[in-house]
Amino acid sequence: MFGYYLELGLRSLRRNPVLTALMVIGIATGIAASMTTLTVMYLLGNDPIPWKSSKLHYVQMDNWDVNNPYGSDGKPPDQVTYEDAQALMQAAKADKQAAMFKISLPIQPENKELKPFQSLGRATYSDFFGMFEPPFRYGSPWNHDQDKEHARVIVLGKDLNEKLFGGQDSTGKTLRINGTDYSIVGVLDDWKLRTRYYDLTNGAFSDPDEFFFPYTTAIDLKQRSSGNNSCFKTPGDGWDAYLQSDCVWQQMWVQLDSPARLAEYQSFLDNYVNEQKKLGRFARPLNNHLLNVTQWMKDQKVVSRDVEVQTGLGFAFLIVCLVNTIGLLLAKFTRKSGEIGLRRALGASKRDVFTQFLIESGVVGLSGGLLGLILTGFGLLAVRALYEEYKTVAQLDWSMIAVTIVLAVVSALLAGLYPTWRACSVQPAAQLKV
Amino acid sequence: MEIRPIMSALMRSKVSMILIGLQVALTLAIVCNALFIIVERAHLMNRPSGMNESDTFVFGSNGFSEGFEPYSVMQSDLALLRGLPGVVDATTTNSTPLSGGGWSTGISLAPKQKTPTADTTLYFVDAHGVNTFDTHLIAGRNFKPEEITQMDQGLRIQPSVVIVTKALADKLFPDGNAIGKSIYMDEDPPTSTIVGIIDKLQEPWVSSKDIENTLLVPGYIPYGKFTRYLVRTEPGRRDELMKEAEQKVGAANTGRIVGKMRSMEQLRHEAYANDRAMMIILSVVIFCLLTITALGIVGMASFWVAQRTKQIGTRRALGASRGAILRYFLTENFLITTGGLILGGVLTYGLSLWLLANTDGAHLLPWYYVPMGFLCLWVLGQIAVLGPATRASRVAPAVATRSV
Repeated sequence: MFGYYLELGLRSLRRNPVLTALMVIGIATGIAASMTTLTVMYLLGNDPIPWKSSKLHYVQMDNWDVNNPYGSDGKPPDQVTYEDAQALMQAAKADKQAAMFKISLPIQPENKELKPFQSLGRATYSDFFGMFEPPFRYGSPWNHDQDKEHARVIVLGKDLNEKLFGGQDSTGKTLRINGTDYSIVGVLDDWKLRTRYYDLTNGAFSDPDEFFFPYTTAIDLKQRSSGNNSCFKTPGDGWDAYLQSDCVWQQMWVQLDSPARLAEYQSFLDNYVNEQKKLGRFARPLNNHLLNVTQWMKDQKVVSRDVEVQTGLGFAFLIVCLVNTIGLLLAKFTRKSGEIGLRRALGASKRDVFTQFLIESGVVGLSGGLLGLILTGFGLLAVRALYEEYKTVAQLDWSMIAVTIVLAVVSALLAGLYPTWRACSVQPAAQLKV
Repeated sequence: MEIRPIMSALMRSKVSMILIGLQVALTLAIVCNALFIIVERAHLMNRPSGMNESDTFVFGSNGFSEGFEPYSVMQSDLALLRGLPGVVDATTTNSTPLSGGGWSTGISLAPKQKTPTADTTLYFVDAHGVNTFDTHLIAGRNFKPEEITQMDQGLRIQPSVVIVTKALADKLFPDGNAIGKSIYMDEDPPTSTIVGIIDKLQEPWVSSKDIENTLLVPGYIPYGKFTRYLVRTEPGRRDELMKEAEQKVGAANTGRIVGKMRSMEQLRHEAYANDRAMMIILSVVIFCLLTITALGIVGMASFWVAQRTKQIGTRRALGASRGAILRYFLTENFLITTGGLILGGVLTYGLSLWLLANTDGAHLLPWYYVPMGFLCLWVLGQIAVLGPATRASRVAPAVATRSV
């Protein structure tokens, strides 16, 4: 029977090609608008490290000015001071911990064919690699001892290794950066991060870090962060004064493997701040945050308001398209009252008629969905062209393709339901009179 | 006139009527709010930065070689840049408008003041700064060459003289006459004296709420061994001079990296890229929405015309003119659209209030968007229904006499 109804449906759709095209295009554009925006929103906010995002926590402490909160919403600063990062690193109360900051340095390649160039990297601790789990191509991270020894060691990103060493195993070689020689201990493989979630302060969609080296080494060499630095009062003169100041310029992450560990750490942190209060720091009320990865991304509005508004409008547009389709299907099915009456009089049950017309609307939905999928591809292409920084998130993704098809068919069936119900409640007798 | 019969006909196809009305309502709500967002973004993007954007470019230089002396290299770089034929002026600066990164600080009028009087950005420039930015002194004087000091990143910023924008001067001294007044850039003395006021120069952050507050500090402040240069050329010569400057500055000292030359127009393009994208996306949504709604009206009206062919024929046979039939369908559409628009007006403000509550810096939709939207959708509806209505008016009276 299904085949027969399908044939009937297709024939009926062919009879009014303009109307059919109108319905299909309507659904397709509605689907494309909503799915393009939804894909961007979904991938922007997608958990970048689902297997452990609830264990990684971002540390925030409110060391800010007693008279003026850091943010108008009363939230603590989004970064920490050198002193506090050091205190937490030395206490080492978490399962893993890494303070870090962004750094921009000139690379001086040994290969004289390459001109020196500026490169963005990160000063951090060896736990960084255990916490965020970047894949290694060659070698391995440096170790805790090298952290303590301020070792001149470095881990290269895949692209930088490609550029400097043609992608060869460069571990054991040295690299000169800003006049200092570093020994290469590891090279990362492709590390595709849609959002650079471990440093949202300095741009969630910035280019990936090209190298990593010990934080202690960077401090040793007095290398300032090239990222955001916020002070509520002038730090005083010189490097040492800067390190002791209340300026925030570092990110501090801790890994806490269980809720109990989280609670322990929270109380450790509260104790730490209370102790500091006795020393005259942290004049504001206790306000320590330990947000996990997804909470932190939400807090920092990785999914921008614009993207949310666009998604909302995309779905409102889909509703308009569906209302449009309901109207057109209703018009179409009502015109076929005569045919329905005839079929009912010849013995077709309401159920048969219902199935037949639902299949017809299903066909419309499926074609709309397929066309919509193609249009979504173009839509994402357009988003990539419009938003340079979203190039990693405006991609068709398998789960989103499935959602698109399901959404299209469900929408079309929903849209077809009422007209179909109306069609099968036709009284055969009323239609057969001339 | 014919409203009663139209209404009674409509009541017989309530659902279709409601569907079209609903579509019109949603369309109105979305179009009005989307259009308002577009207009607001356009307004943001059209704010002048206060500097000459068309003839100016910026680039950085970062030394790495042993014994690299940022200060002396900076002096010879500036001499080289200013000597290039076609260059009007050049200065060092830590940042520029539209660049998205810079130095911001609070300005107080008393020592150890609890809350600063104003927040501002700092541009560290030399005596050529005002001229290179091509902003205009409206009071006081420019920096003198002897006032330019060499500063260090780690030292307190306490210049003896400063230049401020008019907006900042008005914020600090609402009674006017900011020239000669002292301000605190640190919590302790010494103070800085305002010697000049420029008409306008924006902060580097386009979304800053204090975007017009800018303060010029007479000084050179290298970031490690990094120096940023701003160069203004004669009109039309920017692009050739960008290439020339890159090549000559690079050749003058090879112990450093000369960063990418970027025109201010490029910086503006990037600074507002998200706003531009939002505008384009919303325009596409508006266009698609109006098209779909119009096509929906055409489809529905065509169906009604086909359904009522017999009645139309009867009316024509009973003496109704073609014009009367045309008017019938136009009026019918007008009634449905109006109903939808009334609902749409409510939806429009509902959406606007929701956006207001959930978006930073959003404003309530100005009232005139709604009547404008009404007018647009009335016209759209009438145009959409014109085709089917004309077809209806051509139905021959004889149709009434035929049985199906």
